Amino acid sequence: MDLSLLVIQTLNGLQLGLLLFLVASGLTLVFGILDFVNLAHASLYMVGAFICATLTFALGNFLLAVLVALPITAAIGWAIERFVARPLYARDHLDHVLATFGLILVMETLAHMIWGPQGIAVPLPAWLNGQVALSETLVIPSFRLVIIGAGLAAAGGLFWLVNYTRLGMLIRAGASNRVMVGALGINIEMLFGLVFALGAALAGLAGMLVAPITEASIGMGNNVIITAFVVIIVGGIGSMKGAFIAALLIGLIDTLGRAFLDDLFKLFMSSAAAETSAPAISAMLIYIIMALVLAIRPQGLFPPKVR
Amino acid sequence: MKRTISAALAAAMLAGAAMADTAKIGFVTTLTTPAAVIGNDMKNAVDLAMEHLGGKAGEHTLEVIFADDGFAPDTGKQATDKLVKQDNVDFVTGFIWSHVLLAARKSALDGGKFLISANAGPSQMAGQLCDPNFFSTSWQNDQTPMAMGEVLNRAGVKSLYIMAPNYAAGKDMVAGLERTFAGEVVGKDLTKWGADAQLDFSAELAKAKASGAQGLFVFYPGAAAGAFVKQYQQAGLKDSLPLYSVFTIDAISLPKLQAAGFQDILGSKITQEWDPSLDNEANKRFVTDFKAKYGSYPSFYAAQSYDAIMLIAAAVEQAGGTGDKDKLRAALKAADFASVRGDFKFGTNNMPVQDFYLREVVADADGNWTTKVVETVYEDAVDPYAAECPMK
Repeated sequence: MDLSLLVIQTLNGLQLGLLLFLVASGLTLVFGILDFVNLAHASLYMVGAFICATLTFALGNFLLAVLVALPITAAIGWAIERFVARPLYARDHLDHVLATFGLILVMETLAHMIWGPQGIAVPLPAWLNGQVALSETLVIPSFRLVIIGAGLAAAGGLFWLVNYTRLGMLIRAGASNRVMVGALGINIEMLFGLVFALGAALAGLAGMLVAPITEASIGMGNNVIITAFVVIIVGGIGSMKGAFIAALLIGLIDTLGRAFLDDLFKLFMSSAAAETSAPAISAMLIYIIMALVLAIRPQGLFPPKVR
Repeated sequence: MKRTISAALAAAMLAGAAMADTAKIGFVTTLTTPAAVIGNDMKNAVDLAMEHLGGKAGEHTLEVIFADDGFAPDTGKQATDKLVKQDNVDFVTGFIWSHVLLAARKSALDGGKFLISANAGPSQMAGQLCDPNFFSTSWQNDQTPMAMGEVLNRAGVKSLYIMAPNYAAGKDMVAGLERTFAGEVVGKDLTKWGADAQLDFSAELAKAKASGAQGLFVFYPGAAAGAFVKQYQQAGLKDSLPLYSVFTIDAISLPKLQAAGFQDILGSKITQEWDPSLDNEANKRFVTDFKAKYGSYPSFYAAQSYDAIMLIAAAVEQAGGTGDKDKLRAALKAADFASVRGDFKFGTNNMPVQDFYLREVVADADGNWTTKVVETVYEDAVDPYAAECPMK
């Protein structure tokens, strides 16, 4: 194992972590502020990818397609908040889970009807399809760097929004005590709609960024939603900082586990045994981390100060 | 009115029973999840076969009932149970996935039904778990990668990196390749598979590149294929790490890859037991009509499904219906039908004994991407597990 491979794998882990953050941040916002369990968050990730894929072919440009698809996804998120989530706020979490699970089935079937079962491969402009050589041995696909850049920019923008704007102040206030925020004359319904739309746009962005690597396909959200829940549980539900750090942690652990666990196991077991056990253990690794965090700090690593 | 209809129906049913049987075929495949793209291709082929047959096997009526396995062994088993117990089918066929077939095996065979795999070929069922009532119109999993190992030896490839999904067929594919490949396997990654399969291969591709291997062997069927090929091209590995694949680049992934402009895949080498360009009457009719009806080339999944229906139809006709199971079994084993791969015969374990070809990805006369045969790698190949099967 040489240094450049370690650097590449770290960048790969960072990329996965940032994608997870985009999904988890929306989830933690909605869960933390609206106290609403939204399993269908993953469907917004899928819808974002499909809309972006369609627009890429219609407009002939991937970046333009992303810019157009973002507000559309946000609007779909807003509509879901208005018509599905809002009537359920007063109910308990089990009802949220049932309703949003149903929503997943509805959205996947709709996607199946609109786009067919085969998924869409998203073409990239040539300058994004190549590789960037950071040094002699350090070559990584340029689009992976774009994902890292976009993820960091979104995280930075979110940090600014939450900490330094009036909307952010209301969001933080809503997370602490939404009854009081309502009592102070803030239109809490409007705020909730905005938060939901913001979460939808972030999840959609993650889907759009993933689509050129894998593809826009039905069920693509299932891959990511479980991991996103692991992230917000490890990070502390409702905490943006926690989601960011936990997402990077989970992304790195998962990638480095897949990359180096078999070499590590070969140090103390036969190579045949290592080959069989390493994939199984690396698939479990993030859940082991979650179990450990739950055992030691059940409130997560960075729980929000007031809940 | 009601009474007239039911009387007419009863009369029709009685008349039907007196003259000819209805052979019921249960077809288990994946119709949901992204893998439904394979299931749809198989379903299209079955519909085309039924159209070619006019829905009849001689004087007997054929009826196909489709069932979804949801890309999961437990769902596949439930679907098979329903076909066996509720629909009381005579044949259970289809099966893309080895782990689904292994899970559904007992339900079909213990229910006294004929089980015919149109794709999955797990080693267990070719070997110790072989059964007089189990047949295959595909291959045993190891065989296609074995042919690829032979191709690699001929091309002088000395070291190889392997990537495959971590499930029954993935392991068989790797075992098959290692059985014939004479060079060194410098690294191997088995990735997570199923409804939440791993589709981002950044870590594995970086390892493969760093390993310094002369080639990369992969097995990624269905939706994972497109994802893999894109990341392979984006990583710029075409020259340093040539791609050798089985069941990854096919008629399902090629149109999508062409639409997204992944030129690197042209010229890529694949091994397979069938090709749309095979020169025989049945295949020409199948490929031409499939293209006319569905607007794309059929995949090998489609070809094998078409063969499965044709095999069943021929056996039902030759056995004079579904009443006599022993006659039906003998007729299936004789495999006297026009297969799209030309000659077709079963070995002692009821797996096909057939040729394997090396194919290349090319653009056809209309500019559509497809494959053509480069050479024959194996002739009349018998799978390596036939000897373990107690049937003689």
